[in-house]
Amino acid sequence: MSEKHNSEKLRNIIKDSISNQKRKTVTVLSSLLAVQDSLHYIPDEAIEEISKHCKVTINDVWSVASFYTNFRFTPPGDKTLDVCWGPSCHINGAQKLINQAHDELDIKGEGESEDKKVTLRYSTCLGACAQSPVFAIDHKMFGKLDETKVTKIINTLKN
Amino acid sequence: MTEQYKKLEELANKYLDDLYKNKTVIKVQTGTSGQAVGADEIFSLLSSKKSDNINVIEVGSMGLMYLEPLVVVVLPTNDQIFYANVDEKLTEKIFEHYSTTNEILKENSFAYESSRNLDESIPKLNELPQFSKQLRIATRNFGEVTPGDILQYISTGGYSALNKALFEMTPEDVVEEVKNSGLRGRGGAAFPTGVKWSFLAPNKAPVKYVLCNCEEGDPGAYNDKGILETDPHTLVEGLILNGYATNSNKSYVFIRQGHDIPINAIERAISEAYDKGLLGENILGSNFSFDMEVSLTGDSYVAGEETALMEAIEGKRSPPRFKPPFPAASGLWKKPTNINNVKTISYVPQIIKNGSEWFKSTGTEKSSGTAIVCLSGHISRPGMYEIPMGMTIEEVLEEVGGGSNSNKPIKMLQTGGPLGGVLGKEAFATKIDFDEMAQSGAILGSGGIIVCNDSVSVVDLIRNLVAFNQFESCGKCFPCRLGNTHMYDVLQRLADSKSNSKDLELLDRIGKSMKIGSLCGHGQLGYNPISSSLKYFESEIIDSINNKVEPLEKMLTPTRTRPNSAE
Repeated sequence: MSEKHNSEKLRNIIKDSISNQKRKTVTVLSSLLAVQDSLHYIPDEAIEEISKHCKVTINDVWSVASFYTNFRFTPPGDKTLDVCWGPSCHINGAQKLINQAHDELDIKGEGESEDKKVTLRYSTCLGACAQSPVFAIDHKMFGKLDETKVTKIINTLKN
Repeated sequence: MTEQYKKLEELANKYLDDLYKNKTVIKVQTGTSGQAVGADEIFSLLSSKKSDNINVIEVGSMGLMYLEPLVVVVLPTNDQIFYANVDEKLTEKIFEHYSTTNEILKENSFAYESSRNLDESIPKLNELPQFSKQLRIATRNFGEVTPGDILQYISTGGYSALNKALFEMTPEDVVEEVKNSGLRGRGGAAFPTGVKWSFLAPNKAPVKYVLCNCEEGDPGAYNDKGILETDPHTLVEGLILNGYATNSNKSYVFIRQGHDIPINAIERAISEAYDKGLLGENILGSNFSFDMEVSLTGDSYVAGEETALMEAIEGKRSPPRFKPPFPAASGLWKKPTNINNVKTISYVPQIIKNGSEWFKSTGTEKSSGTAIVCLSGHISRPGMYEIPMGMTIEEVLEEVGGGSNSNKPIKMLQTGGPLGGVLGKEAFATKIDFDEMAQSGAILGSGGIIVCNDSVSVVDLIRNLVAFNQFESCGKCFPCRLGNTHMYDVLQRLADSKSNSKDLELLDRIGKSMKIGSLCGHGQLGYNPISSSLKYFESEIIDSINNKVEPLEKMLTPTRTRPNSAE
């Protein structure tokens, strides 16, 4: 397949996600969220398409995209591991478990594993504080974690 | 009662009959916290099984999250048996057992509910202090109904308050009733709700908005999302009442992307309400029309500030706006707008149904009603509890929360989110209401209470809170942007035992500049975690400043994602 073909395909996915939003109120932010939902990142093409669709400048779209911390601009790994460092998780030993995740996945800070299978992301709160410490894989939560459970979760991620 | 509402009630009763009559109903509590410990798998397992006399349904959490995965068996006699920490093996057993008999299976059952005495060895639900101490108004359906299922909600008396308001009350009556109830905003500012509504109501503008804030970025608080994912129709009904009272016709429920469970529940509720004629044109045959939509936002804590939220709904970056103009004059898309927190709105149907005097009979003089608190941390019974205002912190910790979860005593609490305060033991006699909490140096705020035992150093706790605040500062006001970063650096020095004697004064100076130099609460309240800690743990902090304590374990440093174009 030629690169041109791929880029056309990408543009079509973007156009579809922008024009088929299920909620009535369509804005720059809602369009960015729609693209990120289908592609899991915001390619440059999406910035262009959203600027056309919403009739605003490219800069206007960038300004929104760069403000919210959930948007990313390169493709993430196949799976995303959210690790929570909020206070409830923190006092229940999250830091140790996050260090363990860093070691076992060989990822420093936030980012992708070398084989691009996993993205590790810090989360300020996943909303299941009663079950802290909590991690999540693609929004599916895992609570009451300890070292053994973290190893188990990471093994499922690696395979 | 209108013909249309009566029809809905009949429909609901028939639906409930089909579900419950001569059947055993197994309810699995699959909220966010339940799913974090595998409740969704328990539900799939049960749904895959077939038995003529058993129905399996999903319900939200009843708040006893420490017991999850939690399963409730409702027998054909209407007696209910509650099971805690249900695993796959017990799920199989429960299903096998109740498909052949109505005798009680005792394994892991922690309570039952019945008009009779069923079993000496198991307590009744109302005998458990974590339940009997509660007074459930906004959360009365928690654990009872399938989230978003409108007929189940109507069968509990749902939408009767709306029916009453539309046909027996004028919009002014509704505002008056809410005003008289003394209901105050549960989002943090505690402003009287009825008074707020009375700012918008007389405005004759053709387009007005009512907004509901479920951004809830506070770590340690999950009660807004809790209401959405457990009983979203309570919110929908409350919001329609808000619209009727203020003559507004359009509303948005604002929530952060990624919280799929509450988002799906509220969208199901809205769509079913449209189907049944409770949203849209001429609601229940009246002259009142009202639309509701979910508006998603990206990750930004500041977007939960009322004017920032409007920027986000308009699809822009979300730094807060300058006030005035206030939202009631010029809000969303410059139109007059009212905004309330989820919890606030969720009280309204019960206030309209039962009257303001009824609501006022609970709570304290200036804080009527209840508080919905989320307990987490080093406590025996983490979970979500609705308690009457005026209960002391001590009672909540010991009787509802069951005290410390280990032999280490409770040392301190963090309440009201990362901009709230840290409270020491001396403050545990404080009554939980808006004013007493504020006097103690904390705020009730969103209702999150994070409990720490004496293994947690106060510097470690505030370092975590300030790290959050510096990460989430939107950057518009430099005292907040730089101040939080600078404070975090100082706290990091304290944690590393590399502090110098001027650090306390430095923190105080930064805190003061943030307070006077920031547009919204994020900067204005940013010093709260430190100032309140100094009130209760001054000597411990001074020991850190004099480097008399061991360096703390390193904590991750969160950094904001930077745009990096693929080129």
